[in-house]
Amino acid sequence: MTSQSITQRLANPTRFMALSAAVLPWLAAVAVAVTAYGLYLGWNAPADYQQGQTIKIMYVHVPSAWLGMMGYALVALSSFGLLVFRHPLADVSAKAAAPIGAAFTLLALLTGSLWGKPMWGTYWVWDARLTSVLLLFFLYLGLIALRSSLDDEAQAAKLTAVLALVGIVILPFIKISVEGLAIPSLGLEIPAWNTLHQPSSVFRSDGPKIHWSQLYPLLVSAIGFSLVFFALHMKAMRNEILRRRVKALRLAEVDRARGPVAAPAE
Amino acid sequence: MDLGPHAIFILACYGAVAIVLAALTGWLVLDGRRQQRAIEALEARGVRRRSGAPDRKDVR
Repeated sequence: MTSQSITQRLANPTRFMALSAAVLPWLAAVAVAVTAYGLYLGWNAPADYQQGQTIKIMYVHVPSAWLGMMGYALVALSSFGLLVFRHPLADVSAKAAAPIGAAFTLLALLTGSLWGKPMWGTYWVWDARLTSVLLLFFLYLGLIALRSSLDDEAQAAKLTAVLALVGIVILPFIKISVEGLAIPSLGLEIPAWNTLHQPSSVFRSDGPKIHWSQLYPLLVSAIGFSLVFFALHMKAMRNEILRRRVKALRLAEVDRARGPVAAPAE
Repeated sequence: MDLGPHAIFILACYGAVAIVLAALTGWLVLDGRRQQRAIEALEARGVRRRSGAPDRKDVR
């Protein structure tokens, strides 16, 4: 008996549809509950000594920004799965994740802009962090536009996957843009770019620089948003599989209307 | 709760999140229903997949 990885077991779209039909309602319910709890905690968390009540924006802005980037990583990983392993659901996953990742990136831009006005005195500056996240949003739009511009679905999948893998270079740029990068053993030192955006307060080598009373609601909110993302992604994958079934059925209908093809004469 | 002088920015952020996520969810739900109706209409006309496998209701 051979053991299969979970990705191999889910390679069969029919099996994925059966499993996701059972999981999705529960996942959606837990996602809504955890997100609501996280936002409730954030809404009642103490005001920041510098930013006052605008710190409440953090509980939606930071998870949106994380998921905008995670969504792109998922698109790129799925694209890799398509190009290298030819996994039957890889392209379905990549196609499904793109609009959801774009929506979270849009939310990161919108909420960041609305946070920037009271804190920085401006909605927007063309600095490294904001511009690189805007480029990420345009990259998502490019992937969606490229796919929809090609009629041949297999070709669209391959070309979109290549663009997604090339575009993944944007993710380290977003990270490095405010923090720089130093790897002394390699003699590599990239200075942080000029930016108004603060460095990460959570994922730091020296530990989080945010008080527990604000960190806990942020983490709960981030878990809730992540569950919402995965529930939406699962639903979008189901829709895409159904769409491909509709296409297959329409082709079968056309074949049936043509009638049986006569065998060539010897 | 007193949200201070920047209340409008805080409320706008939460409003934007609610609108975008509701729109995304609504779009996905409607799209799923549209695809399911299309499959049911095709099957009602007697169309089956080339593999011959029925499109079982329990796997949708």
